[in-house]
Amino acid sequence: MKTKFILTSLTLAAAVAFTGCGKKGDGNAEGSAKATSIQNIGSDTMVNLAQAWAEAYHKVDPTVSVEVSGGGSGIGVAALINGTAEIANSSRALEPEEIEKAKAKHGHDPKEYLVGYDALAIYVHPSNPITEISVEELSEIYREGGKIDKWSQVGATLPGGDEIIRVSRQNNSGTYHYFRETVVGKKADFKLGSRDMNGSKDVVELVSRTPNAIGYSGLGYRTDKVKVLKVSKKKGDKGVEPSIPTTWDKTYPISRPMFMYTPGQPPAHVQKYLDWLLTADGQKIVEESGYVPLPKK
Amino acid sequence: MFVETPFVRKKHRREILAKCVFGAMALAMVIPLVLIIGYLVFKAAPLLSWDFLTSNPTNGMRKGGIWSALLGTIYLVVISLCISAPIGVLAAVYLNEYARENWFTRIVNLAVVNLAGVPSIVHALFGLGAFVLFAGMGRSILAASLTLAIMTMPVIIASTREALASVPVSFREACWNVGASRWQTIKAVVLPNSISGILTGVILQVSRTAGETAPIMFTGAVFYRNIAEGNLFAYGIKDQCMALSMHLYTVTTQVTNAPDALPYAIAVVLLGTVLLVNATAIVFRVYLRSRKKW
Amino acid sequence: MPVIEIEKPLAPAPTPAAIVAPKARRSQRSGAAVFGEKCIEALIRLCGISAIIFVFAIFFFVFREGAPIVSKLDLGKFLFTTTWYPTSLGVPRYGVGALIVGTFSVTVLAMAIAVPFGLGAAIFVSEFCSKKTKEALKITIELLAAIPSVVWGFIGLTVMNVVIQKVFNVQVGLNVLNAALLLALMSVPIMVSIGEDALKAVPDSYREAGIALGCTRWQLIWRVLVPAAKNGLLAAVLLGVGRAVGETMAVLMATGHSVNIPHSIFDSVRTLTATIAAELGETAEGSDHYRVLFLIGILLFTITFIVNLTADLIVKGIRKK
Repeated sequence: MKTKFILTSLTLAAAVAFTGCGKKGDGNAEGSAKATSIQNIGSDTMVNLAQAWAEAYHKVDPTVSVEVSGGGSGIGVAALINGTAEIANSSRALEPEEIEKAKAKHGHDPKEYLVGYDALAIYVHPSNPITEISVEELSEIYREGGKIDKWSQVGATLPGGDEIIRVSRQNNSGTYHYFRETVVGKKADFKLGSRDMNGSKDVVELVSRTPNAIGYSGLGYRTDKVKVLKVSKKKGDKGVEPSIPTTWDKTYPISRPMFMYTPGQPPAHVQKYLDWLLTADGQKIVEESGYVPLPKK
Repeated sequence: MFVETPFVRKKHRREILAKCVFGAMALAMVIPLVLIIGYLVFKAAPLLSWDFLTSNPTNGMRKGGIWSALLGTIYLVVISLCISAPIGVLAAVYLNEYARENWFTRIVNLAVVNLAGVPSIVHALFGLGAFVLFAGMGRSILAASLTLAIMTMPVIIASTREALASVPVSFREACWNVGASRWQTIKAVVLPNSISGILTGVILQVSRTAGETAPIMFTGAVFYRNIAEGNLFAYGIKDQCMALSMHLYTVTTQVTNAPDALPYAIAVVLLGTVLLVNATAIVFRVYLRSRKKW
Repeated sequence: MPVIEIEKPLAPAPTPAAIVAPKARRSQRSGAAVFGEKCIEALIRLCGISAIIFVFAIFFFVFREGAPIVSKLDLGKFLFTTTWYPTSLGVPRYGVGALIVGTFSVTVLAMAIAVPFGLGAAIFVSEFCSKKTKEALKITIELLAAIPSVVWGFIGLTVMNVVIQKVFNVQVGLNVLNAALLLALMSVPIMVSIGEDALKAVPDSYREAGIALGCTRWQLIWRVLVPAAKNGLLAAVLLGVGRAVGETMAVLMATGHSVNIPHSIFDSVRTLTATIAAELGETAEGSDHYRVLFLIGILLFTITFIVNLTADLIVKGIRKK
């Protein structure tokens, strides 16, 4: 008897769950019976921004639900090629091979939308006396075969020891790819032994706790527990502070555009979302999240 | 008169010393548990409230609650258990009651034991390749639940087999002696008497399903999704969902300038749910064991 | 002198499946009932087979995805070099040597911590406890086992990180020690429960003999019970090892995720599982990187297979005694 009771109740519960699952998005407070969803996958650098956009857009158009996932620009591009995402966020431009693969799968070239800029900031611990650094020196620090691995070689004396603790990102990250392209050298590789963090926030967290550390991450992830270095292109040049104006006029050497890609011409509701991102409301969110909005025309 | 020689006293001292040493080792297990839970609850205290559980995350997931993640976890757990529990229990019944002792059964046993030990990331690989890509389900609650179901099934099979094996053979023999068929025996005698063990095994898997992150990361969990608050049926089976374990991971590693207490609060809710379910299983098991008639 | 009959030892009780139930006489049951029963039996067989299918599906699938790359790779270089550059635009190099060392170092340190405590706790629970303390301890240990791995990772990343930095005065608290502590806490419950089973399986006659000879409990344990139960205890340790090797989320968050060979327990490392978790999503289906990750999956599978198989064989060996 007891078995029967338990089995029946379990089956009933399962049945209820399944019928409930059938009603997709029903019972919404807004009353619409069908909420369309947009899959937005990709860059970790952009994920907080994408989430802020998704949250704000839900108030603009409640029938559309934007689903945001991170994982890294590489994941976004892979999803674009596989066809599992409507919009892929990428903090780097697509490589030619990736465009080829997407074209082969979907029949047309992916469409690119520039949605903002991100200044890549170099972070050190507040106790570190150094205030500026050059791209050349960064390359020597991070590149496989690079010669700089002690703080004294860049002219800084730290109380806790001389070793430079490099903090980097994992290789699915667009930030990683961009840094490699711009600083390390496109065909070169990173020096092994850096702490490869999972997300943009992790890098800043680790640097804030490690006196000898240096790390790179989006400017939007700065906190008051870390110090941002001025960066110059060549050793000896005057360093430039990362900010909105210096990104626009390209005096800050390591800033990059942020892209959203769709596999070909997007359907109407996706196009509407992308258009909204480029309006003043959308761009205001970019600035509030710590990124660099598109220059006003 | 028994007089304690120094030798006997030394033996007693050694025995007490041994008891203390081993007791200390056992205590070394208990203390971290208490410390960890205490610390988590302490740090999470400012944020815990009923509102936290029932409202959605807002403001870049820095404020508000965790409703969408909580609901997602509940969906994943319920659906995956509805798939794995019946199949697992029946498979265990087959292996224990019907299968003959031959090479085929040995291979099956081997395979089940092995599957129970597979790292969760390999399950994620399988789920991604088989359900999301090959079967074309795309990233969805269905694919994630199936992946979780396959992850928990071997353990359910193993624990059910133990429960079935604990029913004395004499019970079965008695039934057969009065002419019952195999299935009648199982239905009337074996299953009812082992139900406590079976249910305990199933309930314990709830905590494992709720806590796993890697299998759902690639098969159906998202960083953010907006759903209506307070609505129990907000997710459809082909949707993606947020999940508590994934939410904890993303808030810890991605969301900047979140209040300190937020990841702790999510951890406490996750841990609390898991521990509550486990405690229920333990109480249930003790109750049912006390009702055992042999 | 009368011949004393030596009783043959009773044969072990046959498993239920080995006893063939007598067929119910058809005349006593309706056709529908028999048909219904056959259906249910078919369903049960189907479920049994489906479990088998799923199990083999995982083997099959992972091997299928990872195998094509074996012909392209030099396996020696794959396993033993430490240069892991799968996304290099220059020369992609797939050397998992450092990753294997990472997994190995974390597991070994975790076992070094967990085995004494786990086995000690198992001995305490089975030999020294009163019934009530035993129940309480078992419940505590089960609760410890229930903590999800992402919560452990979170604790490692936020709490242990800072503790290790302060206590040992090192720069970075995300290292081998951090991950090993977490893994030890995660695998102790398995060791305690299986170790306790092993100690319980030692026949009481051993204990009685020991006490009759005047042993203290400590002598009894150390000289009689542990050697008698050593197979089961070994199995417990092996299962703990299997758990530690296969752990993903906690090590992803707590090791510092750095490709290098550690020179001390305060160095950051990267494990095989964390590598797959971190890089899987970005690979395009069918690319070289994708297949290499599946190959790492096969490697992990093989390691846990060997460990679990050994443990299972040892446990079966005890049950037969």
